[in-house]
Amino acid sequence: MNHWTLIIGMMLVTFLPRYLPLLLAGKMVFPEWLERAFNYVPIAVLSAIIAQTTLIHDGAVQLNVQNPYLIAALVAFVVALKCRQQLVVICCGLLAFGLMRWWL
Amino acid sequence: MSYSKWNLFRKGWIDTLPLVVAAAPFGVLYGALAIDNGLSLWSVMGMSLLVYAGASQFIAVTLLASATALPIICLTVFIVNLRHMLYAATLMPHVRDISLPRRTLMAFWLTDETFAVVSQRLQSEVQKGELVWYYLGSALFMYSNWALCTFVGVTLGKQLPNMTSWGLDVAMVVALISIVVPALKKFPQWACAVVAVVCSILMRDWPNQSGLMISSLLAVVTGMVLEKGMKK
Repeated sequence: MNHWTLIIGMMLVTFLPRYLPLLLAGKMVFPEWLERAFNYVPIAVLSAIIAQTTLIHDGAVQLNVQNPYLIAALVAFVVALKCRQQLVVICCGLLAFGLMRWWL
Repeated sequence: MSYSKWNLFRKGWIDTLPLVVAAAPFGVLYGALAIDNGLSLWSVMGMSLLVYAGASQFIAVTLLASATALPIICLTVFIVNLRHMLYAATLMPHVRDISLPRRTLMAFWLTDETFAVVSQRLQSEVQKGELVWYYLGSALFMYSNWALCTFVGVTLGKQLPNMTSWGLDVAMVVALISIVVPALKKFPQWACAVVAVVCSILMRDWPNQSGLMISSLLAVVTGMVLEKGMKK
């Protein structure tokens, strides 16, 4: 039963931040500069998520070649610069990760 | 050029396919971890179907295992999800003409993945009324995939107890890279990405992942300021 209380609570705190701006859209108009700032939101948030997941393991920064996440991310990055096919980028990254895991 | 609703819906899910593939191991991992930590099948599935927020579900299950009090778990989840508010705010100018029930559904299904795909779409020419079906196509595909993979994880988790240490979350990392890199077109965008990376690492110990939020905001400001500076 305890778990369902948690699920309802989590539902509220995840839904509200997603919903409030969409609810208010139309009632509120942003200045033009702020709408331009929103163009940077995907790059900013996703880059931060990528960096934290890639480099931080067990609470410490792992900036070395023994970190398979880092190698996979670097391979994916280089491939993505050359190739716009998302699935190719993903496969190369995963392949690099697999090889690293196997090797070490 | 105008598309039919079904074509837009289909385009939405086709564009989301790479991310669905990448999110699959993440969903399996969640299911396995949750059942491992003593949740019942129904609460594991309930969380995926009603909360539907990958990172938050991982955090909740991990905190639950260390006997954290419910209000603390909810507070942590709230802070982790504040980035969705930033996403929703970004979508605001584009949803004014969409009805409230549809907007409510869009909000419930708003995730990193769907936002990434939809924001890419918004960079190109999008006609009035096109967004909603494209969005729902992307989101429904992510949602059903998430539910299915959770279930697979629950089933597999019992057979492969060490699955949680395989590093399956790397799939999400490379998928996000495939989204971000094409968006890096000019200097302000590169600078924005670099600031986000450096700051999120420096702020890694900030409580409840608040560093993620602050470093994102700093990165957005950096991009804006540089864009303005280059125009002058």
